[in-house]
Amino acid sequence: MSPIINSIERSNVELTKEDFVSGLPVKWCPGCGAHAILAAVENVFPKIGYKKENFTIVSGIGCSSRFPYYVNTYGFHGIHGRAHAIATGVKVANPKLSVWIATGDGDSMAIGGNHFIHIIRRNVDVNIILFNNMIYGLTKGQYSPTTPMGSVTKTSPYGTIEHPFNTGELVMGAQGTFFARVPDNNVKLMTEVLFEAAKHDGTSVVEVFQNCVIFNDKVHAQITSKEYKDENQVILKNGEPIIFGANKDKGIRLNGTRLEVVKIGEKGVTEEDLLVHDQYQQDPGIHLMLAKMGPPHFPVAMGVIRSAMYPTYDDLVEMQIEEAKKTSKIKCVNDLLNSGDTFEIS
Amino acid sequence: MSKVKNAIELESAVVKFVGDSGDGMQLVGTLFADTTAYDGNDLATFPDYPAEIRPPQNTIVGVSGFQVHFGSKKILTFGEKLDLLVALNPASLKANLKWTKADTVILVDVDAFDESALEKSGYSSNPLTDGSLKGRKLIQVPVTTLIKEKTASLGIDNKTALRTRNMLMLGLALRVFNKRTDYCERYIDKKFGNKGNVAELNKMILKVGYDYFDKLPSEEKISFYVAQAKLEKGKYRNINGNTATAWGLIAAAERANLQLYLGSYPITPATEILMELAKHKSLGVKVVQAEDEIAGITSAIGASFAGALAATSTSGPGLSLKSEALGLAVMLELPLVVVNVQRGGPSTGLPTKSEQADLVQALYGRNGEAPMLIMAADSPADCFYSAFMAAKLSVEHMTPCILLTDGSLGNGSELFKIPDVNTMPEIKPPYAQPNTQYQPYERNPETLARYWAIPGTEGLRHRIGGLEKENITGIVSTDPDNHELMVKLRAEKVQRIANYIPDQEVFGEQEGDLLVVSWGGTKGVIRESVIEMQKEGKKVSHAHFRYIMPLPKNTQQIFSKFKKIIVCELNSGQFVGYLRATLPQFKYDQANKVQSLPFFIDELKEKYYKLLEE
Repeated sequence: MSPIINSIERSNVELTKEDFVSGLPVKWCPGCGAHAILAAVENVFPKIGYKKENFTIVSGIGCSSRFPYYVNTYGFHGIHGRAHAIATGVKVANPKLSVWIATGDGDSMAIGGNHFIHIIRRNVDVNIILFNNMIYGLTKGQYSPTTPMGSVTKTSPYGTIEHPFNTGELVMGAQGTFFARVPDNNVKLMTEVLFEAAKHDGTSVVEVFQNCVIFNDKVHAQITSKEYKDENQVILKNGEPIIFGANKDKGIRLNGTRLEVVKIGEKGVTEEDLLVHDQYQQDPGIHLMLAKMGPPHFPVAMGVIRSAMYPTYDDLVEMQIEEAKKTSKIKCVNDLLNSGDTFEIS
Repeated sequence: MSKVKNAIELESAVVKFVGDSGDGMQLVGTLFADTTAYDGNDLATFPDYPAEIRPPQNTIVGVSGFQVHFGSKKILTFGEKLDLLVALNPASLKANLKWTKADTVILVDVDAFDESALEKSGYSSNPLTDGSLKGRKLIQVPVTTLIKEKTASLGIDNKTALRTRNMLMLGLALRVFNKRTDYCERYIDKKFGNKGNVAELNKMILKVGYDYFDKLPSEEKISFYVAQAKLEKGKYRNINGNTATAWGLIAAAERANLQLYLGSYPITPATEILMELAKHKSLGVKVVQAEDEIAGITSAIGASFAGALAATSTSGPGLSLKSEALGLAVMLELPLVVVNVQRGGPSTGLPTKSEQADLVQALYGRNGEAPMLIMAADSPADCFYSAFMAAKLSVEHMTPCILLTDGSLGNGSELFKIPDVNTMPEIKPPYAQPNTQYQPYERNPETLARYWAIPGTEGLRHRIGGLEKENITGIVSTDPDNHELMVKLRAEKVQRIANYIPDQEVFGEQEGDLLVVSWGGTKGVIRESVIEMQKEGKKVSHAHFRYIMPLPKNTQQIFSKFKKIIVCELNSGQFVGYLRATLPQFKYDQANKVQSLPFFIDELKEKYYKLLEE
């Protein structure tokens, strides 16, 4: 069996952002982080270079899930939590499509949690953009599976008493092959990361720390705001040592089995001692540690954390079909009906 | 004169193999059935097994059975009273005695009737010796002793040897019916050929059973003969309903030049459809065993959006989980075949027992007004044609369809005359043409079906979804008048399918005193009951419905020709309720049974007589 390499047909003309604007009025709240995601997608689709008819966007329910209406591609606005299952059917039935999923933290990790982990486990070649605003926006402010413990929301007036999911941890736990994280106020990084996601064969999950101006304003501010971002974010670059801080003088070092933050030049620490990011390594151990980093002791890892190569579900389906077609005696339904034990009445 | 010396000739016979779950009753039952099919008998079968995999031995709840009705005439049911009962232990005898008649031949393994087994099955005395079976033609076979004798010198351990008890009984049962063992031997070679001496052992014991007949005292040498059926010329096979459903879908995909996609989650008694389709990758069938029922149907809807002939299979409680997605499919107006192999409900109910009680769920089990095509298969072999037609109509009319079958149809089998698929109707998907001014909700003026624009096609990019859409353009709309219009258009589209389905047929006179109405898996037994009434000179006819939503166009006209109408169904009255709402001008009587058992001919006839006399 020969591997089937990504066979999505490329455009023979250069595409621009305008090719992907649907023209429908965008109805997200002014200042919503979703606008930035839309901009990044409109930037990146022409760069990816597939024929414009080969993009399909699937969504579930929620503010994020209105996304397909605003992009001029084939689009499918689904039902609560089911985007991943719908997209699985789209991709398996038609592997020549570039399939994108727009989904939120509630859609993917609460009502659609089952489908989320299983599409990742199967490694279906789709790209998931997960708008994580840590709140239910469209239903007006109830806590979600990523809402920090203790948060007061409309359904947790005394503070939530639930442990939130860390998206990256969940993705790795489900044997994810690609995980990246970006803040909604860095469209340049988001565009780069979405491009990487498109290149990856398998389920890619791009988590966007997205601000909900109405129900959860500034929930990510400790990480994403100008004031804090240098100290509380580290942008990973493959093959480079992990360095952050306003003065680029801090880094992440592997100390035994744990990560630690170190200062370059202090206690004899040099750049040589820092962990060099390898997004392609198969073993998810360090990727998981990187994904779990966060305040107060660590910065939050941004960029592509993991991008490991594994066979995709949809390729394996095609390969099994090819193989069966070669070896089976049953070539059409008449062959099937006449196979096995039959007898003639004359 | 019988065609076999000393054999009693029967027009048809009912044979049932019963034993502990795990005794191999399904296997020998199937082998017996296939032998009769191979011999040219028409037949129908019914496996009857517990929901547990290995329930406690020698208990009534653990009894597993397989029934075969075969004959020289057209066989419409899997039979009622038994001509031969093969019972491997006291519990299975006890559980099945009610299906015997005065002259039923009963084969028992006398070695299995020990004190402990009798006690566990609730017998206070041994029925073989206490006279309670008086009149029945009891043949006591020392199965265990025979097997031990035969295998003692071969160095086969007891446990392995005694696994062939079913084969010994099969051999003897074949001999009782003057059938040969060659079909079974070939099967054994195929199935156990690569397992050392297992095939040889099974064939040897099969022969021990076969030959044991000659050792019986002459008064126990009862043998039967069932002549070949006068079947239409052609090539046949034995097929069960679930396999037939799977094959019907594959045939439809081929006739539509579409790829078949099944998204499904295992559930009894529908799982076999999933397992069967998973085998046929060489025909391009794509099967996703989903993480749950919801993913099963929604992935199928995704596949349909992407241009496949999409299907999902399930049983009652699974259909409940699929409800939200069914509504989505109605809104999207995409083709989708949903097969519901009904079982006893509500909730998880009776997983291995059959019922017809999901009709209301199929018709109305969705939020909002969400009509779709509803069909019901009427026999195991008909599952092939019903699945084919469900797919054809669903694709050509761009509507989801629920095809109802049930446990007896799915697991039961009958002879299937193999059609030439190339002569079956073509299926023409209403594709949108590339680079046209495509509007997602523009419709074919005759069918009202919208056009199918497959992602990847140039110039047809569009967005659809579960929110209400503006007529023609497909833009999200909350306009009140538009919503009402769309609700009506979706309903009218389904109603117009009536123009594309055959007229309802009436079996018997086109007018008369009583019309017996039925749907789904009860066709055979109800047809038999009507035939008997007709033979008795009564003006009784039968209308069996395969198309439920919409009803055939001539339904009203048919109903108006009969003085009385009785609707028979294995539920409390779901079809009759639908008929009362749809055609309220008629008075309907009912025959209902909710025991997860089939109708019996006598109980139906009793109802008919009562009505005729009123």
